[in-house]
Amino acid sequence: MAFLAVEDRAPKSRVVGRMVIGLLVAIVFLVPYLVMFLGSVKTRDEILSYDPSYLPKDGWQWDNYSAMWDTPETPLPYNLISTIVIALAATVLVLLVAVPAAYYTARFRFPGRLAFMGLVILTQMLQPAILTTGLVREMLLLDIGDTWLAMILINAAFNLAFATWMMHSFFAAVPKEVDEAAQLDGAGKFRTLFTVNLPLVWPGIVTAVIFTFVSAWNEFAASLVILTTAENQPLSVALTKFVGQYNTSWQFVFAISIVSIIPVVILFFFIEKRLVGGLAAGAVK
Amino acid sequence: MTTSTASEPEDQAAKPATRRRPKPQGGGFPAALPWLAPALLLILVVVVFPAGYMIYNSMRHIGKNAVDDGWAEPTRKGPDWGVFSNFGHIFTDPNLPRILLNSLVWVVVVVVFTVVISLVLAQFLSKPFPGRRLVRMAVVVPWAASVVMTTTVFYYAMDPNYGTLNHLLEQLHLVGPDGFGFTKSPVSALGSAMAIAVFVSLPFTIYTLLAGIQSVPADTIEAAKMDGAGRLRTYFSVVLPQLRNSLAVAVLINMINVFNNLPILQIMTKDLPGYESDTLMTYIFKTMQFDKRIDWASALSVLNFAIVALIVLIYVRVVKPLKEV
Repeated sequence: MAFLAVEDRAPKSRVVGRMVIGLLVAIVFLVPYLVMFLGSVKTRDEILSYDPSYLPKDGWQWDNYSAMWDTPETPLPYNLISTIVIALAATVLVLLVAVPAAYYTARFRFPGRLAFMGLVILTQMLQPAILTTGLVREMLLLDIGDTWLAMILINAAFNLAFATWMMHSFFAAVPKEVDEAAQLDGAGKFRTLFTVNLPLVWPGIVTAVIFTFVSAWNEFAASLVILTTAENQPLSVALTKFVGQYNTSWQFVFAISIVSIIPVVILFFFIEKRLVGGLAAGAVK
Repeated sequence: MTTSTASEPEDQAAKPATRRRPKPQGGGFPAALPWLAPALLLILVVVVFPAGYMIYNSMRHIGKNAVDDGWAEPTRKGPDWGVFSNFGHIFTDPNLPRILLNSLVWVVVVVVFTVVISLVLAQFLSKPFPGRRLVRMAVVVPWAASVVMTTTVFYYAMDPNYGTLNHLLEQLHLVGPDGFGFTKSPVSALGSAMAIAVFVSLPFTIYTLLAGIQSVPADTIEAAKMDGAGRLRTYFSVVLPQLRNSLAVAVLINMINVFNNLPILQIMTKDLPGYESDTLMTYIFKTMQFDKRIDWASALSVLNFAIVALIVLIYVRVVKPLKEV
């Protein structure tokens, strides 16, 4: 029973109690997604049956995962492509824009630095839903209404703040002697950033990148009103078209949800450990 | 050298106290501009401009055809407030009091439950036990998953005819054989939506509080124990006061997120006619999508924005996020 020995030297009975409570907590957080998964492998008749069952009775319908791509409700292959393109492009844009800003504000003092960081914090507190009415009209004005580009810009802008904060705190933690040594060797600011700092702060960058990608992947409110063509809409918006219809095709709703959720949950697992440290450094001061 | 220090930033980032103040450098703002310009441009174009444009649109007349045809004019029933006539329209809207009350109840109930449950769970998840990492990973799932999709599975499970949650409640004899119509009346739909909102808000809140708990020095807890304080007493008089800042972050960020949440209520109240279970955010989107009146929606958004600005102001005052930059 050596594995029951924990850092705070709690008695074994208490450690076992913690494990039992831990298991219950984990179940509560996972049950909705288990229901989702089980629903995704039921037949349409079974999932709409007035005598519901928890497990699939008529065999596990794995072919829901192939049939869902061709349904009258929404052009799913296009929705998946839209989601991937928008989330990836927004993440790349955030990376390009946030790395230099985070590095410079962490390394140098200059007039306007606090004002810039203040603007970043204000942006962090906002989200697309708050400004959607303005954003819709602006995108029409710029003639990019109902385009990927509009949603790429919106997702990048609203995630920029968290990424900048996160990376700023990681850059600030790199000892300045590292920079000075590089500059003595004749490296400019750009080379100091790329060859000396980036290798040291990559955990912060990975965390910011994954966080941005996941949040762009799940964005809903602005996409709902800006992307009016079915082919342009991301999965989050496409899914709502199934719900509320008479005889909803729940098996497809859930199969699509599972396919959409699993990749981002796996990505989130990679940064799970760093979220506590990141929140401590970035938001919680 | 690179390899030997590769793990350092992560450890140091967790301890803001060890952060060095950046050295003053010559060059001033013009030298900084190339590094900040891309971020600044993106914020100006996609955050600052639309905020201003939204305020401008709230004073224009934009009909169902989406064409801007001049300054706002009073509606037939609405008061004449000049260019502020859209505000005259929304402030005399008979739905508004109910919507503001709903928004208030929605935010208060969801944030209070979220924070209280998170305090307990964060405290629990800070204790060591085998498998803790797996439990923490399970807790993070609703944070990564789309809120639309999480809400949808609850909506399905709550269906009185074929939903599995209703089926479970019937088997436990907690509801009658016809099930309970969670989404069929304004009060129960709003209540169910609140439960879902708490569920999806828990992961961020737990992690924010966990970050706070980890920065509580162990010797302060030891000292309290030496003084003979019990576990509850230690928690309330030693741990909780030191969580003040992470608690403030959790409360204020959740207030903004919950206040501006769209999908949960939109899905849970879609069976209901009228506006009895709407919050300001869902009402804005109904005005935009169904009434097709972007000018009224803009006026409502300006009201919404003013409330958010107030919360942000409190955040800046209480949390002082720029103190250590």
